[in-house]
Amino acid sequence: MNRHLLSSSDLTRDDVRMLLATAAEMHEVQRRDVKKLPTLRGRTVINLFFEDSTRTRSSFEIAGKWMSADTINITGKGSSASKGESLRDTVRTIDAMAVDALVIRHMASGAAHQVSQWVDASVVNAGDGTHEHPTQALLDAYTMEQRIGSLDGARVAIVGDLTHSRVFRSNAITLRTLGAQVTLVAPPTLMPSGIGEWARADGLELTDDLDSVLASGPDAVMMLRVQRERMSGGFFPTAREYTIGFGLTRDRLWALTAANPNAVICHPGPMNRGLEISADAADAAQSLVLDQVSAGVAIRMAVLYHLLAGEGAAA
Amino acid sequence: MARADTTVPPGHPLDPAGRTVLTAGDVARALRRIAHEILEHNKGADDLVLLGIPSRGVELASRLAGLIREVEGVVVPSGSLDATMHRDDLRSQPTRALMHTEIPAGGIDDKVVVLVDDVLYSGRTIRAALDALSDLGRPRAVRLAVLVDRGHRELPIRADHVGKNLPTAQSEKVQVRLSGFDGGSDVVRIAEGEDR
Repeated sequence: MNRHLLSSSDLTRDDVRMLLATAAEMHEVQRRDVKKLPTLRGRTVINLFFEDSTRTRSSFEIAGKWMSADTINITGKGSSASKGESLRDTVRTIDAMAVDALVIRHMASGAAHQVSQWVDASVVNAGDGTHEHPTQALLDAYTMEQRIGSLDGARVAIVGDLTHSRVFRSNAITLRTLGAQVTLVAPPTLMPSGIGEWARADGLELTDDLDSVLASGPDAVMMLRVQRERMSGGFFPTAREYTIGFGLTRDRLWALTAANPNAVICHPGPMNRGLEISADAADAAQSLVLDQVSAGVAIRMAVLYHLLAGEGAAA
Repeated sequence: MARADTTVPPGHPLDPAGRTVLTAGDVARALRRIAHEILEHNKGADDLVLLGIPSRGVELASRLAGLIREVEGVVVPSGSLDATMHRDDLRSQPTRALMHTEIPAGGIDDKVVVLVDDVLYSGRTIRAALDALSDLGRPRAVRLAVLVDRGHRELPIRADHVGKNLPTAQSEKVQVRLSGFDGGSDVVRIAEGEDR
Protein backbone atom coordinates (compact mmCIF):
# COMPACT_ATOMS: atom_id res chain seq x y z
CA MET A 1 0.00 0.00 0.00
CA ASN A 2 1.04 3.58 -0.60
CA ARG A 3 1.75 6.06 2.16
CA HIS A 4 -1.53 7.85 1.46
CA LEU A 5 -5.04 6.64 0.71
CA LEU A 6 -6.36 9.22 -1.75
CA SER A 7 -8.30 7.20 -4.28
CA SER A 8 -9.80 3.74 -4.47
CA SER A 9 -7.68 3.25 -7.57
CA ASP A 10 -4.56 3.40 -5.33
CA LEU A 11 -5.53 -0.04 -4.03
CA THR A 12 -4.70 -3.27 -5.82
CA ARG A 13 -6.86 -6.32 -5.41
CA ASP A 14 -4.35 -7.69 -2.89
CA ASP A 15 -4.45 -4.41 -0.93
CA VAL A 16 -8.25 -4.53 -0.75
CA ARG A 17 -8.26 -8.19 0.26
CA MET A 18 -5.70 -7.49 3.00
CA LEU A 19 -7.68 -4.50 4.31
CA LEU A 20 -10.92 -6.48 4.37
CA ALA A 21 -9.21 -9.38 6.18
CA THR A 22 -7.72 -6.99 8.73
CA ALA A 23 -11.12 -5.34 9.18
CA ALA A 24 -12.67 -8.73 9.95
CA GLU A 25 -10.22 -9.17 12.83
CA MET A 26 -10.85 -5.60 13.99
CA HIS A 27 -14.57 -6.28 13.94
CA GLU A 28 -13.94 -8.98 16.55
CA VAL A 29 -12.21 -6.43 18.76
CA GLN A 30 -15.39 -4.37 18.63
CA ARG A 31 -17.26 -7.16 20.42
CA ARG A 32 -14.83 -7.30 23.34
CA ASP A 33 -15.22 -5.69 26.74
CA VAL A 34 -11.87 -3.95 26.44
CA LYS A 35 -11.82 -2.27 23.03
CA LYS A 36 -8.25 -1.08 23.13
CA LEU A 37 -5.11 -2.12 21.29
CA PRO A 38 -1.69 -0.56 21.90
CA THR A 39 -0.74 -0.67 18.22
CA LEU A 40 -0.62 3.05 17.39
CA ARG A 41 0.52 4.31 20.78
CA GLY A 42 2.32 7.61 20.39
CA ARG A 43 0.84 8.32 16.94
CA THR A 44 -1.28 11.37 16.30
CA VAL A 45 -4.19 11.36 13.87
CA ILE A 46 -5.87 14.63 12.94
CA ASN A 47 -9.39 14.57 11.53
CA LEU A 48 -9.70 17.72 9.46
CA PHE A 49 -13.30 18.11 8.36
CA PHE A 50 -14.42 21.04 6.24
CA GLU A 51 -17.81 19.43 5.64
CA ASP A 52 -20.44 18.08 8.01
CA SER A 53 -20.14 14.44 8.92
CA THR A 54 -21.40 12.17 11.65
CA ARG A 55 -20.38 8.63 10.85
CA THR A 56 -17.15 9.14 8.96
CA ARG A 57 -15.62 11.52 11.45
CA SER A 58 -16.73 9.66 14.56
CA SER A 59 -15.65 6.31 13.13
CA PHE A 60 -12.18 7.61 12.25
CA GLU A 61 -11.93 9.05 15.75
CA ILE A 62 -13.04 5.83 17.43
CA ALA A 63 -10.78 3.76 15.17
CA GLY A 64 -7.76 5.82 16.15
CA LYS A 65 -8.63 5.75 19.83
CA TRP A 66 -9.20 2.02 19.96
CA MET A 67 -5.69 1.57 18.59
CA SER A 68 -4.31 4.04 21.16
CA ALA A 69 -3.48 6.84 18.73
CA ASP A 70 -4.15 10.37 19.89
CA THR A 71 -6.96 11.66 17.68
CA ILE A 72 -7.93 15.28 17.39
CA ASN A 73 -10.86 16.70 15.45
CA ILE A 74 -10.65 20.00 13.65
CA THR A 75 -13.64 21.32 11.76
CA GLY A 76 -13.70 24.08 9.18
CA LYS A 77 -16.10 25.99 11.34
CA GLY A 78 -14.30 27.10 14.48
CA SER A 79 -10.79 26.77 13.00
CA SER A 80 -8.63 29.47 11.47
CA ALA A 81 -10.11 28.54 8.10
CA SER A 82 -13.16 30.58 9.09
CA LYS A 83 -10.84 33.56 9.56
CA GLY A 84 -9.79 33.24 5.95
CA GLU A 85 -6.68 31.04 6.27
CA SER A 86 -5.98 29.12 3.08
CA LEU A 87 -6.19 25.32 2.99
CA ARG A 88 -2.46 25.18 2.34
CA ASP A 89 -1.61 27.25 5.39
CA THR A 90 -4.03 25.31 7.59
CA VAL A 91 -2.64 21.89 6.68
CA ARG A 92 0.98 23.03 6.80
CA THR A 93 0.37 24.46 10.27
CA ILE A 94 -1.06 21.15 11.43
CA ASP A 95 1.73 19.21 9.72
CA ALA A 96 4.31 21.34 11.52
CA MET A 97 3.08 19.80 14.78
CA ALA A 98 4.56 16.48 13.60
CA VAL A 99 1.32 14.57 13.23
CA ASP A 100 1.35 11.09 11.68
CA ALA A 101 -1.89 11.08 9.72
CA LEU A 102 -4.24 13.66 8.35
CA VAL A 103 -7.76 12.46 7.63
CA ILE A 104 -9.33 15.11 5.45
CA ARG A 105 -12.81 15.85 4.17
CA HIS A 106 -13.23 18.85 1.93
CA MET A 107 -15.85 20.18 -0.45
CA ALA A 108 -13.34 20.58 -3.29
CA SER A 109 -12.70 17.56 -5.50
CA GLY A 110 -9.00 16.74 -5.43
CA ALA A 111 -8.39 18.43 -2.07
CA ALA A 112 -6.89 15.32 -0.45
CA HIS A 113 -4.50 14.82 -3.36
CA GLN A 114 -3.45 18.43 -3.24
CA VAL A 115 -2.91 18.31 0.52
CA SER A 116 -0.75 15.18 0.18
CA GLN A 117 1.71 17.27 -1.86
CA TRP A 118 2.07 19.77 0.94
CA VAL A 119 2.54 17.64 4.06
CA ASP A 120 4.79 14.89 5.44
CA ALA A 121 1.95 13.09 7.23
CA SER A 122 -0.01 10.22 5.66
CA VAL A 123 -3.15 11.63 4.09
CA VAL A 124 -6.43 9.73 4.10
CA ASN A 125 -9.20 10.98 1.85
CA ALA A 126 -12.43 10.98 3.84
CA GLY A 127 -14.40 12.52 0.99
CA ASP A 128 -13.35 15.23 -1.45
CA GLY A 129 -16.21 17.05 -3.14
CA THR A 130 -17.86 14.88 -5.77
CA HIS A 131 -14.68 12.91 -6.40
CA GLU A 132 -13.93 9.98 -4.06
CA HIS A 133 -14.53 8.44 -0.65
CA PRO A 134 -12.34 5.34 -0.61
CA THR A 135 -12.95 4.14 2.97
CA GLN A 136 -16.71 4.17 2.31
CA ALA A 137 -16.17 1.89 -0.67
CA LEU A 138 -14.08 -0.46 1.46
CA LEU A 139 -16.68 -0.68 4.20
CA ASP A 140 -19.46 -1.22 1.65
CA ALA A 141 -17.49 -4.06 0.07
CA TYR A 142 -16.79 -5.51 3.51
CA THR A 143 -20.45 -5.34 4.55
CA MET A 144 -21.68 -6.90 1.33
CA GLU A 145 -19.13 -9.72 1.51
CA GLN A 146 -20.12 -10.49 5.10
CA ARG A 147 -23.66 -11.14 3.90
CA ILE A 148 -23.45 -12.45 0.34
CA GLY A 149 -19.95 -13.92 0.21
CA SER A 150 -17.24 -13.11 -2.32
CA LEU A 151 -17.99 -10.19 -4.62
CA ASP A 152 -16.03 -11.80 -7.44
CA GLY A 153 -18.65 -12.17 -10.17
CA ALA A 154 -21.43 -10.70 -7.99
CA ARG A 155 -23.84 -8.24 -9.66
CA VAL A 156 -24.18 -4.88 -7.95
CA ALA A 157 -26.44 -2.00 -9.01
CA ILE A 158 -25.64 1.55 -7.88
CA VAL A 159 -28.68 3.77 -8.15
CA GLY A 160 -29.37 7.47 -7.91
CA ASP A 161 -27.57 10.78 -7.87
CA LEU A 162 -24.32 9.74 -9.55
CA THR A 163 -23.33 13.25 -10.61
CA HIS A 164 -22.87 14.46 -7.04
CA SER A 165 -21.67 11.18 -5.55
CA ARG A 166 -18.12 10.47 -4.43
CA VAL A 167 -19.39 7.26 -2.85
CA PHE A 168 -20.44 5.86 -6.23
CA ARG A 169 -17.09 6.61 -7.86
CA SER A 170 -15.05 4.91 -5.15
CA ASN A 171 -17.50 2.04 -4.95
CA ALA A 172 -17.46 1.43 -8.67
CA ILE A 173 -13.65 1.28 -8.62
CA THR A 174 -13.38 -1.01 -5.58
CA LEU A 175 -16.17 -3.30 -6.78
CA ARG A 176 -14.44 -3.66 -10.15
CA THR A 177 -11.13 -4.30 -8.37
CA LEU A 178 -12.82 -7.18 -6.53
CA GLY A 179 -14.30 -8.55 -9.76
CA ALA A 180 -17.95 -7.55 -9.35
CA GLN A 181 -20.20 -6.58 -12.27
CA VAL A 182 -21.41 -3.05 -11.76
CA THR A 183 -24.55 -1.47 -13.22
CA LEU A 184 -25.06 2.28 -12.78
CA VAL A 185 -28.64 3.51 -12.75
CA ALA A 186 -29.51 7.22 -12.87
CA PRO A 187 -31.83 9.65 -14.61
CA PRO A 188 -30.01 11.17 -17.60
CA THR A 189 -29.72 14.49 -15.76
CA LEU A 190 -27.84 12.86 -12.87
CA MET A 191 -25.57 10.66 -15.00
CA PRO A 192 -22.12 12.36 -14.87
CA SER A 193 -21.16 13.91 -18.18
CA GLY A 194 -18.37 12.04 -19.91
CA ILE A 195 -18.92 8.85 -17.94
CA GLY A 196 -19.28 6.82 -21.13
CA GLU A 197 -15.56 6.53 -21.74
CA TRP A 198 -14.83 5.36 -18.19
CA ALA A 199 -17.76 2.95 -18.37
CA ARG A 200 -16.44 1.44 -21.58
CA ALA A 201 -12.87 1.19 -20.31
CA ASP A 202 -13.84 -0.34 -16.96
CA GLY A 203 -16.81 -2.45 -18.02
CA LEU A 204 -19.54 -0.55 -16.18
CA GLU A 205 -23.10 -0.82 -17.49
CA LEU A 206 -25.19 2.36 -17.72
CA THR A 207 -28.97 2.56 -17.73
CA ASP A 208 -31.91 4.70 -16.65
CA ASP A 209 -34.32 1.79 -16.26
CA LEU A 210 -34.32 0.80 -12.59
CA ASP A 211 -37.21 -1.64 -12.89
CA SER A 212 -35.52 -3.90 -15.41
CA VAL A 213 -32.31 -3.87 -13.35
CA LEU A 214 -34.23 -4.98 -10.26
CA ALA A 215 -36.12 -7.61 -12.27
CA SER A 216 -32.76 -9.12 -13.30
CA GLY A 217 -32.16 -9.99 -9.62
CA PRO A 218 -28.86 -8.28 -8.72
CA ASP A 219 -27.00 -9.52 -5.62
CA ALA A 220 -26.82 -6.04 -4.13
CA VAL A 221 -28.51 -2.71 -4.72
CA MET A 222 -26.82 0.42 -3.45
CA MET A 223 -29.06 3.45 -3.17
CA LEU A 224 -27.36 6.86 -3.18
CA ARG A 225 -28.51 9.92 -1.33
CA VAL A 226 -29.98 12.72 -3.42
CA GLN A 227 -27.55 15.49 -2.55
CA ARG A 228 -29.74 18.54 -2.60
CA GLU A 229 -27.07 20.67 -0.95
CA ARG A 230 -24.86 20.24 -4.00
CA MET A 231 -27.64 20.87 -6.54
CA SER A 232 -27.94 24.27 -8.08
CA GLY A 233 -30.41 23.60 -10.86
CA GLY A 234 -33.35 21.50 -11.90
CA PHE A 235 -32.07 17.94 -12.06
CA PHE A 236 -35.56 16.51 -11.72
CA PRO A 237 -38.98 18.22 -11.73
CA THR A 238 -40.22 17.20 -8.26
CA ALA A 239 -39.16 14.92 -5.43
CA ARG A 240 -42.24 12.83 -6.09
CA GLU A 241 -41.26 12.29 -9.70
CA TYR A 242 -37.74 11.24 -8.66
CA THR A 243 -39.20 8.69 -6.25
CA ILE A 244 -41.50 7.28 -8.94
CA GLY A 245 -38.63 6.79 -11.36
CA PHE A 246 -35.63 6.02 -9.13
CA GLY A 247 -36.71 5.49 -5.51
CA LEU A 248 -36.54 2.07 -3.89
CA THR A 249 -40.22 1.98 -3.06
CA ARG A 250 -42.08 -0.85 -1.37
CA ASP A 251 -43.21 -2.20 -4.74
CA ARG A 252 -39.65 -2.20 -6.02
CA LEU A 253 -38.45 -3.91 -2.83
CA TRP A 254 -40.95 -6.69 -3.56
CA ALA A 255 -39.86 -6.87 -7.18
CA LEU A 256 -36.23 -7.17 -6.10
CA THR A 257 -36.84 -9.89 -3.51
CA ALA A 258 -39.05 -11.77 -5.96
CA ALA A 259 -36.22 -11.76 -8.50
CA ASN A 260 -33.49 -12.57 -5.96
CA PRO A 261 -34.54 -13.48 -2.39
CA ASN A 262 -30.92 -13.13 -1.21
CA ALA A 263 -30.39 -9.63 -2.56
CA VAL A 264 -29.13 -7.01 -0.11
CA ILE A 265 -29.70 -3.25 0.05
CA CYS A 266 -27.06 -0.67 0.98
CA HIS A 267 -27.19 3.05 1.55
CA PRO A 268 -24.17 5.10 2.61
CA GLY A 269 -26.33 7.38 4.75
CA PRO A 270 -27.68 9.79 5.69
CA MET A 271 -30.92 8.55 4.13
CA ASN A 272 -33.68 10.72 2.72
CA ARG A 273 -36.50 8.39 3.68
CA GLY A 274 -39.37 8.66 1.26
CA LEU A 275 -37.17 10.16 -1.46
CA GLU A 276 -34.55 7.69 -2.72
CA ILE A 277 -35.44 4.89 -0.31
CA SER A 278 -38.74 4.00 1.34
CA ALA A 279 -38.95 3.18 5.03
CA ASP A 280 -39.95 -0.37 4.07
CA ALA A 281 -36.72 -0.87 2.15
CA ALA A 282 -34.52 0.94 4.68
CA ASP A 283 -35.77 -1.22 7.55
CA ALA A 284 -36.14 -4.47 5.59
CA ALA A 285 -34.28 -7.62 6.59
CA GLN A 286 -32.30 -7.17 3.36
CA SER A 287 -31.07 -3.75 4.43
CA LEU A 288 -27.41 -3.50 5.49
CA VAL A 289 -27.55 0.14 6.49
CA LEU A 290 -26.67 -0.38 10.16
CA ASP A 291 -24.14 -3.11 9.34
CA GLN A 292 -22.42 -0.53 7.15
CA VAL A 293 -22.08 1.85 10.09
CA SER A 294 -20.83 -0.94 12.33
CA ALA A 295 -18.21 -1.92 9.75
CA GLY A 296 -17.06 1.69 9.43
CA VAL A 297 -14.91 1.59 12.54
CA ALA A 298 -13.33 -1.77 11.67
CA ILE A 299 -12.44 -0.61 8.15
CA ARG A 300 -10.91 2.63 9.40
CA MET A 301 -8.89 0.72 11.99
CA ALA A 302 -7.58 -1.48 9.19
CA VAL A 303 -6.67 1.54 7.06
CA LEU A 304 -4.91 3.37 9.90
CA TYR A 305 -3.11 0.16 10.87
CA HIS A 306 -1.75 -0.45 7.38
CA LEU A 307 -0.80 3.19 6.84
CA LEU A 308 0.79 3.86 10.22
CA ALA A 309 1.96 0.69 11.96
CA GLY A 310 4.78 -0.61 9.80
CA GLU A 311 8.22 0.66 8.93
CA GLY A 312 8.34 3.48 6.45
CA ALA A 313 5.20 4.98 7.93
CA ALA A 314 5.26 8.74 8.19
CA ALA A 315 7.14 9.69 11.34
CA MET B 1 17.12 -5.69 14.65
CA ALA B 2 16.19 -8.39 12.18
CA ARG B 3 14.58 -11.20 14.14
CA ALA B 4 13.61 -14.35 12.39
CA ASP B 5 10.14 -14.79 13.81
CA THR B 6 8.01 -13.55 10.97
CA THR B 7 5.23 -15.90 10.00
CA VAL B 8 6.30 -18.49 7.49
CA PRO B 9 3.61 -19.39 4.94
CA PRO B 10 2.29 -22.96 4.71
CA GLY B 11 4.54 -25.34 2.80
CA HIS B 12 7.44 -22.86 2.66
CA PRO B 13 10.42 -24.81 1.27
CA LEU B 14 12.90 -26.31 3.72
CA ASP B 15 16.54 -25.36 3.40
CA PRO B 16 18.15 -28.42 1.74
CA ALA B 17 21.43 -27.73 3.58
CA GLY B 18 19.71 -28.05 6.98
CA ARG B 19 19.82 -31.04 9.30
CA THR B 20 16.83 -32.74 10.87
CA VAL B 21 16.65 -32.43 14.65
CA LEU B 22 13.15 -33.79 15.26
CA THR B 23 11.46 -36.41 13.10
CA ALA B 24 7.71 -36.97 12.86
CA GLY B 25 8.03 -39.63 15.57
CA ASP B 26 9.98 -37.26 17.84
CA VAL B 27 7.33 -34.54 17.41
CA ALA B 28 4.53 -37.01 18.21
CA ARG B 29 6.30 -38.26 21.35
CA ALA B 30 7.10 -34.72 22.52
CA LEU B 31 3.49 -33.60 22.11
CA ARG B 32 2.21 -36.69 23.92
CA ARG B 33 4.54 -35.98 26.83
CA ILE B 34 3.50 -32.29 26.90
CA ALA B 35 -0.17 -33.31 26.97
CA HIS B 36 0.54 -35.53 29.98
CA GLU B 37 2.57 -32.79 31.68
CA ILE B 38 -0.22 -30.24 31.23
CA LEU B 39 -2.74 -32.64 32.77
CA GLU B 40 -0.42 -33.62 35.59
CA HIS B 41 0.39 -30.04 36.45
CA ASN B 42 -3.27 -29.00 36.30
CA LYS B 43 -4.40 -32.14 38.20
CA GLY B 44 -6.84 -32.99 35.41
CA ALA B 45 -8.42 -31.11 32.55
CA ASP B 46 -10.67 -28.77 34.55
CA ASP B 47 -10.70 -25.14 33.40
CA LEU B 48 -7.99 -25.72 30.78
CA VAL B 49 -8.05 -23.58 27.62
CA LEU B 50 -5.43 -24.07 24.91
CA LEU B 51 -4.58 -21.03 22.77
CA GLY B 52 -2.25 -21.50 19.83
CA ILE B 53 -0.18 -18.63 18.48
CA PRO B 54 -0.59 -18.40 14.69
CA SER B 55 0.26 -20.04 12.52
CA ARG B 56 1.78 -23.34 13.63
CA GLY B 57 0.96 -22.87 17.30
CA VAL B 58 -2.73 -23.18 16.40
CA GLU B 59 -2.11 -26.55 14.78
CA LEU B 60 -0.11 -27.67 17.84
CA ALA B 61 -2.84 -26.50 20.24
CA SER B 62 -5.52 -28.45 18.43
CA ARG B 63 -3.29 -31.56 18.40
CA LEU B 64 -2.68 -31.21 22.14
CA ALA B 65 -6.45 -30.91 22.67
CA GLY B 66 -6.86 -34.15 20.73
CA LEU B 67 -4.20 -35.92 22.83
CA ILE B 68 -5.77 -34.68 26.06
CA ARG B 69 -9.09 -36.08 24.93
CA GLU B 70 -7.46 -39.46 24.28
CA VAL B 71 -5.88 -39.50 27.73
CA GLU B 72 -8.57 -37.92 29.84
CA GLY B 73 -11.73 -38.36 27.77
CA VAL B 74 -12.47 -34.65 28.12
CA VAL B 75 -12.77 -32.11 25.31
CA VAL B 76 -10.56 -29.14 26.20
CA PRO B 77 -11.43 -25.92 24.33
CA SER B 78 -8.72 -24.80 21.92
CA GLY B 79 -8.44 -21.59 19.92
CA SER B 80 -5.97 -19.09 18.56
CA LEU B 81 -4.48 -15.81 19.75
CA ASP B 82 -2.85 -13.39 17.33
CA ALA B 83 -0.64 -10.88 19.13
CA THR B 84 0.44 -8.86 16.10
CA MET B 85 -1.26 -5.67 17.28
CA HIS B 86 0.62 -5.89 20.58
CA ARG B 87 4.11 -6.45 19.16
CA ASP B 88 6.89 -4.03 20.02
CA ASP B 89 8.65 -4.41 16.66
CA LEU B 90 5.84 -3.27 14.35
CA ARG B 91 7.75 -0.17 13.39
CA SER B 92 10.90 -2.01 12.36
CA GLN B 93 9.27 -4.09 9.64
CA PRO B 94 6.79 -3.73 6.79
CA THR B 95 3.21 -3.87 8.07
CA ARG B 96 2.27 -7.39 9.05
CA ALA B 97 -0.97 -9.02 8.00
CA LEU B 98 -3.13 -9.95 10.97
CA MET B 99 -3.82 -13.57 11.77
CA HIS B 100 -7.06 -14.93 13.16
CA THR B 101 -7.89 -14.76 16.87
CA GLU B 102 -10.50 -17.19 18.06
CA ILE B 103 -11.30 -17.40 21.75
CA PRO B 104 -13.37 -20.50 22.67
CA ALA B 105 -16.98 -19.80 23.67
CA GLY B 106 -16.38 -20.15 27.43
CA GLY B 107 -13.91 -17.24 27.39
CA ILE B 108 -10.73 -17.16 29.44
CA ASP B 109 -11.85 -15.58 32.72
CA ASP B 110 -10.70 -17.74 35.66
CA LYS B 111 -9.42 -20.39 33.26
CA VAL B 112 -5.95 -21.91 33.09
CA VAL B 113 -4.76 -20.74 29.69
CA VAL B 114 -1.96 -22.67 28.03
CA LEU B 115 -0.31 -20.67 25.26
CA VAL B 116 1.11 -22.94 22.57
CA ASP B 117 3.77 -21.97 20.05
CA ASP B 118 6.18 -23.84 17.83
CA VAL B 119 9.48 -22.10 18.63
CA LEU B 120 10.40 -20.04 21.69
CA TYR B 121 13.20 -17.62 20.80
CA SER B 122 13.45 -13.98 21.95
CA GLY B 123 10.27 -14.22 24.04
CA ARG B 124 8.85 -11.10 22.41
CA THR B 125 5.94 -12.88 20.75
CA ILE B 126 4.96 -14.35 24.12
CA ARG B 127 5.20 -10.95 25.80
CA ALA B 128 2.86 -9.56 23.13
CA ALA B 129 0.55 -12.55 23.62
CA LEU B 130 0.41 -11.95 27.38
CA ASP B 131 -0.60 -8.35 26.72
CA ALA B 132 -3.22 -9.42 24.18
CA LEU B 133 -4.55 -11.92 26.70
CA SER B 134 -5.01 -9.29 29.37
CA ASP B 135 -7.26 -7.33 27.00
CA LEU B 136 -9.47 -10.37 26.56
CA GLY B 137 -10.01 -11.28 30.19
CA ARG B 138 -8.32 -12.44 33.34
CA PRO B 139 -7.19 -16.07 33.36
CA ARG B 140 -6.49 -17.72 36.71
CA ALA B 141 -3.09 -18.75 35.40
CA VAL B 142 -1.20 -18.67 32.11
CA ARG B 143 1.27 -21.37 31.09
CA LEU B 144 3.43 -21.74 28.04
CA ALA B 145 4.02 -24.88 26.00
CA VAL B 146 6.44 -24.89 23.06
CA LEU B 147 7.65 -27.56 20.70
CA VAL B 148 11.19 -26.16 20.56
CA ASP B 149 13.05 -23.83 22.90
CA ARG B 150 16.04 -22.50 20.97
CA GLY B 151 17.35 -20.10 23.63
CA HIS B 152 18.53 -16.48 23.13
CA ARG B 153 15.82 -14.96 25.28
CA GLU B 154 15.63 -11.17 25.38
CA LEU B 155 12.97 -11.03 28.10
CA PRO B 156 12.46 -12.84 31.41
CA ILE B 157 10.11 -15.44 29.93
CA ARG B 158 10.36 -19.23 30.15
CA ALA B 159 8.26 -22.13 28.95
CA ASP B 160 6.48 -24.50 31.38
CA HIS B 161 6.43 -27.35 28.89
CA VAL B 162 9.12 -27.86 26.27
CA GLY B 163 9.17 -30.52 23.56
CA LYS B 164 12.90 -30.16 22.91
CA ASN B 165 15.59 -27.81 24.15
CA LEU B 166 17.66 -27.00 21.10
CA PRO B 167 20.90 -25.08 21.57
CA THR B 168 21.31 -22.90 18.47
CA ALA B 169 23.45 -20.06 17.21
CA GLN B 170 21.64 -16.84 16.38
CA SER B 171 22.93 -17.16 12.84
CA GLU B 172 20.91 -20.34 12.46
CA LYS B 173 17.24 -20.76 11.65
CA VAL B 174 14.87 -23.35 13.06
CA GLN B 175 12.36 -24.61 10.53
CA VAL B 176 9.19 -26.31 11.79
CA ARG B 177 6.84 -28.04 9.35
CA LEU B 178 3.62 -29.69 10.53
CA SER B 179 1.57 -32.11 8.43
CA GLY B 180 -1.79 -30.49 9.19
CA PHE B 181 -0.54 -27.03 8.21
CA ASP B 182 2.23 -27.50 5.67
CA GLY B 183 1.37 -30.89 4.20
CA GLY B 184 4.02 -33.64 4.13
CA SER B 185 5.15 -35.03 7.46
CA ASP B 186 6.16 -33.32 10.68
CA VAL B 187 9.79 -32.24 10.86
CA VAL B 188 12.01 -29.75 12.69
CA ARG B 189 15.28 -28.75 11.04
CA ILE B 190 18.16 -26.38 11.70
CA ALA B 191 19.91 -24.53 8.90
CA GLU B 192 22.17 -21.54 8.43
CA GLY B 193 20.46 -18.29 7.57
CA GLU B 194 17.90 -15.76 8.68
CA ASP B 195 14.32 -16.81 8.02
CA ARG B 196 12.96 -19.86 9.77
